[in-house]
Amino acid sequence: MRKLSRRRFLKGALDGGVVTIALPLLDIFLNDNGTAFAEGMPIPTRFGTWSWGLGMSKSIFVPKKTGPDFDLPEEIAALASVKKHINLYTNFHVFQDDAPNLCHHSGWVVLRSGIAPLTRENRPGETIDVAVARQLGNATRFRSLSATATGDVRDSFSYENGNSVNTPEWSPLRFYQRLFGDDFQNPNASTFTPDPAVMIRKSALSAVQEEARKLGKSVGADDRARLDQYFTGLRDLERRFDLQLKKPDPREACIVTQAPQDLPIGLDAGLLSTRHRMMTDLMLMAVACDQTRVFNMFYASAFSATTKPGYDKPHHTATHEEAVDPELGYQPNTSWYTRRAMEEWAYYVQALADFREGDGTLLDNAFIYATTDQSFAKIHAIDGIPMFSAGTAGGRIKTGLHIDGGGTPGCRLGFTAQQLMGLDIQSWGDKSNNTSSAISEILV
Amino acid sequence: MLLTGCERQSAVSAEPSQSASPIRTRLLTDKQYVNTITQVFGADISESVLPPIPPIERTDGLLASGAASVGVTSDQISQIQLAAATVAQKVVDEEHRDFLIPCSPESAIAADPVCAGLFLAQTGRLLLRGSMDETRLAQLVDVASYAAEQTEDFYDGLALALEAILISPEFVFIVDSVEPDPQRPAQQRLDSYSLASRLSFFLWNAAPDDALLQAAENGELHTPQGLARAVDRLLASTRLEEGMRTFFDDMLAFDEFNSLAKDPLVYPMVTGTTLEHAREQTLRTIIDHLLVDEADYRDLFTTRKTFMSMPLAALYGTAAADGWTPYEFDDDSPRIGLLTHVSFLAANSHAVRSSPTLRGKALRERFLCQKVPDPPPDVDFSTLEENEHATTARERLDAHNSNPSCAGCHLITDPMGLTLENFDGAGIFKGIENGATLDISGELDGIFYDDVDGLATAMRNHPKLSACLVNRLYAYGTGGPVSLRYDRDSLKWLENRFVDKNYQLPQLLRELALSQAFSSVRTAESSENASIAADEPIGSPIHTAESSPSLAKTGNF
Repeated sequence: MRKLSRRRFLKGALDGGVVTIALPLLDIFLNDNGTAFAEGMPIPTRFGTWSWGLGMSKSIFVPKKTGPDFDLPEEIAALASVKKHINLYTNFHVFQDDAPNLCHHSGWVVLRSGIAPLTRENRPGETIDVAVARQLGNATRFRSLSATATGDVRDSFSYENGNSVNTPEWSPLRFYQRLFGDDFQNPNASTFTPDPAVMIRKSALSAVQEEARKLGKSVGADDRARLDQYFTGLRDLERRFDLQLKKPDPREACIVTQAPQDLPIGLDAGLLSTRHRMMTDLMLMAVACDQTRVFNMFYASAFSATTKPGYDKPHHTATHEEAVDPELGYQPNTSWYTRRAMEEWAYYVQALADFREGDGTLLDNAFIYATTDQSFAKIHAIDGIPMFSAGTAGGRIKTGLHIDGGGTPGCRLGFTAQQLMGLDIQSWGDKSNNTSSAISEILV
Repeated sequence: MLLTGCERQSAVSAEPSQSASPIRTRLLTDKQYVNTITQVFGADISESVLPPIPPIERTDGLLASGAASVGVTSDQISQIQLAAATVAQKVVDEEHRDFLIPCSPESAIAADPVCAGLFLAQTGRLLLRGSMDETRLAQLVDVASYAAEQTEDFYDGLALALEAILISPEFVFIVDSVEPDPQRPAQQRLDSYSLASRLSFFLWNAAPDDALLQAAENGELHTPQGLARAVDRLLASTRLEEGMRTFFDDMLAFDEFNSLAKDPLVYPMVTGTTLEHAREQTLRTIIDHLLVDEADYRDLFTTRKTFMSMPLAALYGTAAADGWTPYEFDDDSPRIGLLTHVSFLAANSHAVRSSPTLRGKALRERFLCQKVPDPPPDVDFSTLEENEHATTARERLDAHNSNPSCAGCHLITDPMGLTLENFDGAGIFKGIENGATLDISGELDGIFYDDVDGLATAMRNHPKLSACLVNRLYAYGTGGPVSLRYDRDSLKWLENRFVDKNYQLPQLLRELALSQAFSSVRTAESSENASIAADEPIGSPIHTAESSPSLAKTGNF
C-alpha cells in the first residue's frame, strides 16, 4: 500500500488518524495498591486451565494434613517452591450416574463441562474456559488461546460444542508467529498507526455475513447450527477489527522475545518438558501482552504416552501393567511420570508468578484451574480425583491450602471459578455433578 | 468371494432403485484448501500459507467423513481470515498480478469496476465452485472499488474483495444444493454445480476446474453421456493420483505420522525422515499397484513389489539408490504385502516397543471396517502384572487369553498381531525376541496359518476386505459416513460391480461416480445418526493397556 494513500486514508476515514506516543507502563500509571491503573481501569482478571494425565499415586500424593501448612508427600515434593501460590483439592468426586465410565475420558469431560459423556465421541455442553471467555474475552485479540506440550494438534480439552474443538497451538515456532507476527500490535510501541485495510475489511464483512445468513436457510438443522456458528465467528471477527483500530493499553510485563526454534516430534519426558516450558513462556507472554485473558495449557493427554528413557512402557501402559511395589506401596515408574508432571505444574505456576504487574504479579490477577482424567489410573477410578488451583484472582482467593472435598462433586471448583470470573450462574454441572456450593474455604 | 452365475447375473442387473445419499455440508479439509488455492492461483501462492482449517475428527474410519459434522470456532475463523489476507495480497503483488489478473486497470491508483468485475467473476466462479449471481458480484465489485478509492490502489482494493470471497462460508463449506429430479418424479438430485463439486472432490480432492464447471453450466452433467464424459476425463487426469493418495492416506489413518516418533535410544535408526519415507513408500506402492498397473486390490496384501529409498533401506536391511526406485522383496523374504510395510508396523506400535494388539486392531479397523469395542473400565490387570517379565509378547499376552474378560476381544486382535512380532516397534525385522524364537502362527477368522505369508493370504481372501474398500470409498465420495440402514443395498450392489470388474480401483471409482447413489439425494434424514452409521462392531468390549493408546489418538479429540 502506498505511503501517500495511507496518510490520505487516515485523514479521511479515521478523522485525522490516531498517531500517539505511548510510554512504558510505570508505577505512576497504577493506583496506590497496584490493583488498577491510575485512571481507574482495573488490572484485568485472567482465567487459565492446566491439565496433566493419569491422576496420582494416592499414598504419596495426598497430604496427611489439610488446611494451611499441609505436608508435601514425595509425589508432589516438586511443588515446594510454589506451595504458597496454589491450593490442592483431594477427595472430590466425579459422578458418572447412568453414563458409562469411559476410561480416561469421563473424568476430564465432567471436570471441564460439568456433564458425564455418554460415549467416547460425545463432548457434551461446552468447556468451562469457553463460558469464561464469553465473559472475559471480548476485550482482547484472542477470546482464548489453547496450547499443548505434546506436539499433537488433536490434544485439547477445550470445546465450544460437540463438533467444535478449540485447536491448540502445538508448535512453538508457529505459536510465536501467530502471537507476535504481522498482526501483533505491541502495546508498548511508541507510536500507533491503524491499518487502513482493517476498516475496509470491516465494511466488507457485512456482505459475507449476509451470504452466511442466506446459506443457512437452505440446509438441515444440524448444518444450519454449524453455519450459524460460522456467522457468530464472523461477528467476532468484526470485534477484532474494532480492537485493531484502537491503541492498546501499555503493558509493563510485555516484552516480546526472539522467535523460538521448533522441536522434534516425540514424547520423551525430557523433550515434553522442554516443549511445555517453551509453550508456557509463549502463552504467558501473550497474557502479559493482553492478547488474551483466557488460556488453556495441556501438558499431557489423558492417555499420556510420555516415555521414560530406558523403560519400555509409556506412561499409560505403565499405569496398567506395572505392579504396585509391595514395599513402596505404589507403582514406582508410574509415579516417576506423575512427578515429572508436578515439576511442570510448578514451572507453570512459577512462570506466572515471575511476571510483574502493578505491585503484584500476573498470578495475583489470575485463577488457574488444573485437572486430570483419573484418580488411580490403574483401575480407571474417578472418585477422589485430584485438582489444583493457582493464583488469587485479584486477591479474592486464599492460597496455600489443602482442601478435603469429603466426597462432594469436583465440579464445585469449576463452579467457584466461574463465579469468581463474574459469570451469573447459580449452579453448575449435570445430575450428581451438579452443585451450587462454592468451595468457601478458599474464598477471602 | 465367488458368486454363482445366477447371483452374478442379478448383481450386474441394476442399481437398487432407492439408491441415494444425504445432502451434506462439508468443511473443506486442509488438503482441499491447499489443492483449491493451488489450482486457481498456483503452488507458490498456496505454499505461502498454512491451511487454516481445524483438525477434523475421524468418523467411521475417515477424516473426510468427519468434515460433514465439524464446526468452526471463532478463533479458527480469524485464522481463515489471516490466511485469506495473505493469499489475496500475494495474488495481486507485482510478481503475480500480470498472469493471475486477466486485465489491467485504467489507473493503478484508482478503482476500475470493469477490470475488478472481470477478475472477481472468473476467480469467484472457481473458488465458489459456481457462477455468482449479479447481486453478489456487484457487492464484491463495490468492495473492490471502495477499497481502491480509500487506499488509492486498485490492487489493494482487489485483494480486499478477494479476501471477502476466501472467508465466505460458500468457499469454506461445500454445501450441497438440490433440485427436483425430472427423471424420477418426487425425487431429488444434486444440482449441476453440487454434482460437479462432489465429483471433483471425490476424484481430485480439489474444486472443479473450468471444464467441469462448464459441463455443469451447460447441463451435460445431468445427461448420462455428459456425465460419463466428465467422469472419464477426471479419471484420465494425472490429478486422480493426488485424489487417491489422499483417500488412502485417510483410510490408513496415516495422519498418525504427523505426531509419530520412536524412542531414539531404542530405535536409533528411525528419524522423522525415515517415518515420512515409510508413509510415502506405502502410498507409492498403492498408487502404482491400483492406478498404474490397474491390478487386483486384494493383491496389495500379498505383493512383494514396492519402492525403496535410502533412508528406508537401512530399516529393510537392503541397499538403495538415491531417490525412489522400484523394489521387489525376495520370495523367501518375510516382507509380503502392506501389513509388513514399515508404515503399518511402526504406526501401530508404541514408541518403545511393538504391539500385537495395536496391529491386530488396526488390521481389523482399517482394512476390514470392523470396530473393536471400547475397553471396560473395571478390567483386572493382575494377570498382566504377573507376566511382566515374560520373554516374548506372546507369553505376555497369554494373560489376556487366560482371562475371560480379556479373551473376548484379544482373540480377535492378538492372533494376527502376534504373527507380525518378527517386526519390532519400528518395523525392523528381528529373528528372535529376548533370545527366544518366535511362534508366529495364528488365525484370522477361521483361517489358520503358520507364518506371515499365511496371514497375508488370509487377509487377501478375507470376505470383508473388498466390502470395506467399497464402504470407505462410498463414504469418501458422497461426503459422509455410510448408513447401514439406507446404504446397505447400494453398497452390496457396488461391491458386486467391483467383483465383476476384477477388483480394479479405477473401475470401482467409475461405477460409483456414475451411480444413482452418487447424484441422487434422499431427504428423509438431513444428517446421519451415528447409531446407524457405525462400522460393524466385532467381539465384546476390549481393554488393554496395549490397545488404549490408539484410543488416545481419537479419544481426546
